[in-house]
Amino acid sequence: MTAVLNFIAAIGAAALNALGFLGELGIFAASGVSHIFRPPFYPRMLGRSLMEIGFFSLPVVALTALFTGMVLALQSYTGFSRFNAESQIAAVVVLSVTRELGPVLAGLMVSGRAGAAMAAELGTMRVTDQVDALSTLSTEPMKYLVAPRLLAGIIALPLLVVVADILGVMGGFLVATLKLGFNPTTYLINSFSELQANDVISGLIKSAVFGFIIALMGCFNGYRSKGGAQGVGAATTAAVVSASILILAFDYVLTQLLFRVL
Amino acid sequence: MSAIKIKIRGLKKAFGDKRVLDGVDLDVATGTAMVVIGGSGTGKSVLIKAILGLITPDAGSIEIDGEDVLRAPKARASELRGQIGMLFQNGALFDSLAVWENVAFGLLAEKKIKRSQARDKAIEVLAQVGLGADVALLSPSELSGGMQKRVALARAIASAPAIMFFDEPTTGLDPIMGAVIDGLIVDCVKRLGSTSIAITHDMASAMRIGDSAAMLYQGKICWTGPAPDLLTTDNPVVNQFTHGRREGPIQMAIRK
Repeated sequence: MTAVLNFIAAIGAAALNALGFLGELGIFAASGVSHIFRPPFYPRMLGRSLMEIGFFSLPVVALTALFTGMVLALQSYTGFSRFNAESQIAAVVVLSVTRELGPVLAGLMVSGRAGAAMAAELGTMRVTDQVDALSTLSTEPMKYLVAPRLLAGIIALPLLVVVADILGVMGGFLVATLKLGFNPTTYLINSFSELQANDVISGLIKSAVFGFIIALMGCFNGYRSKGGAQGVGAATTAAVVSASILILAFDYVLTQLLFRVL
Repeated sequence: MSAIKIKIRGLKKAFGDKRVLDGVDLDVATGTAMVVIGGSGTGKSVLIKAILGLITPDAGSIEIDGEDVLRAPKARASELRGQIGMLFQNGALFDSLAVWENVAFGLLAEKKIKRSQARDKAIEVLAQVGLGADVALLSPSELSGGMQKRVALARAIASAPAIMFFDEPTTGLDPIMGAVIDGLIVDCVKRLGSTSIAITHDMASAMRIGDSAAMLYQGKICWTGPAPDLLTTDNPVVNQFTHGRREGPIQMAIRK
């Protein structure tokens, strides 16, 4: 009987902890978003965050997209050639990249790079009293540290995904034309005849949500880190893992929603 | 007798089962320098973080200029706390900003000054803590510990605050640099006419900085008096602490 009660108590405690965590995250997100719209604004911090999340992530996102497009063309050829459907490779590459792979892979790459950096920076600022120092210098830390990063995530990731889309399609094009012997003009015509504006727009909507998730988890985990170097390390790991899982979960949810709308 | 600038009554704060502050009463007169001493983990930092609003106390009142900041509207509480300049234990300089940007941060945040004028003002304040204009463009990580402390002090005094807090100002510094920092603190406080609270367990520093002193022990202020009396008082707790004796009531408490 006691063992059963202990088991139920453990489940209850875990549920309470989970609800507490979600509540804390929700309040943090609402506070961060509200500070985006309320002055004072910090354009320098926004610019710096855009550079960190967007510009400096460009190489890793570009390379990921390029090679993914190349692999996709090769794999599609292997499968489609069994059904004499090679002409559909261009459509598969362009739709896969714009609707799915561009946003998700860019999100995962930026999470590993910029999300981790955010958590590490804010975590270090927290454990070295820099966050408290901001408060004593008439500056609201959420407004100065979190709001610009959230906004930068929402802006930067769609821009990165535009680049990823172009390079992903280009990767497929290069493999198809140089290695698989497709006619370049035909391949491009096949690609763009299948592509609709909604395909790109749905990818960009997803990427804006992913950008918010990356910045939110980076800031949230960094902001509440404690316990010195070990705490900062744990916050960084938690930021990347939680953002990656949320990106994949929200990818499904958004795909389901966008299937109905777009 | 001077008016009371900061008045604390019945301040309590617990973290889980650990009661850190258990009814702290403290008065700091306007224009005086109070030193709060106490062992590690006795709640000295918690006390000033509570006054700064960085920690929310469980009970009690904190009055600044006669107004309770814990019960005042948020904007008014921020205004009252806005007159406090703080020197953190490890400096807490912003790594991503140059030295001059650190010093001028509060001025820029309060829109007291344009960015174009901020560097000149920062260099002026840096000179007051004995640093040349050549450090203004450096990053905090390029400075020694003593220089970082001076920059942090410059940042704390840049807005000419009416109240200044110093958290372990000499920790991590050699005795000579510690004396230099203490000298700068005394100069700055006197020049600005500020009311100050310094928390430390460095007795030499306490004697140099403080006009008056208080000892925090077991969550309460167990003694207050003029700073020079720290070394001569017959209060057994203060006496043991200031002379660094192993045997005494503090040791007894640890054994319990």
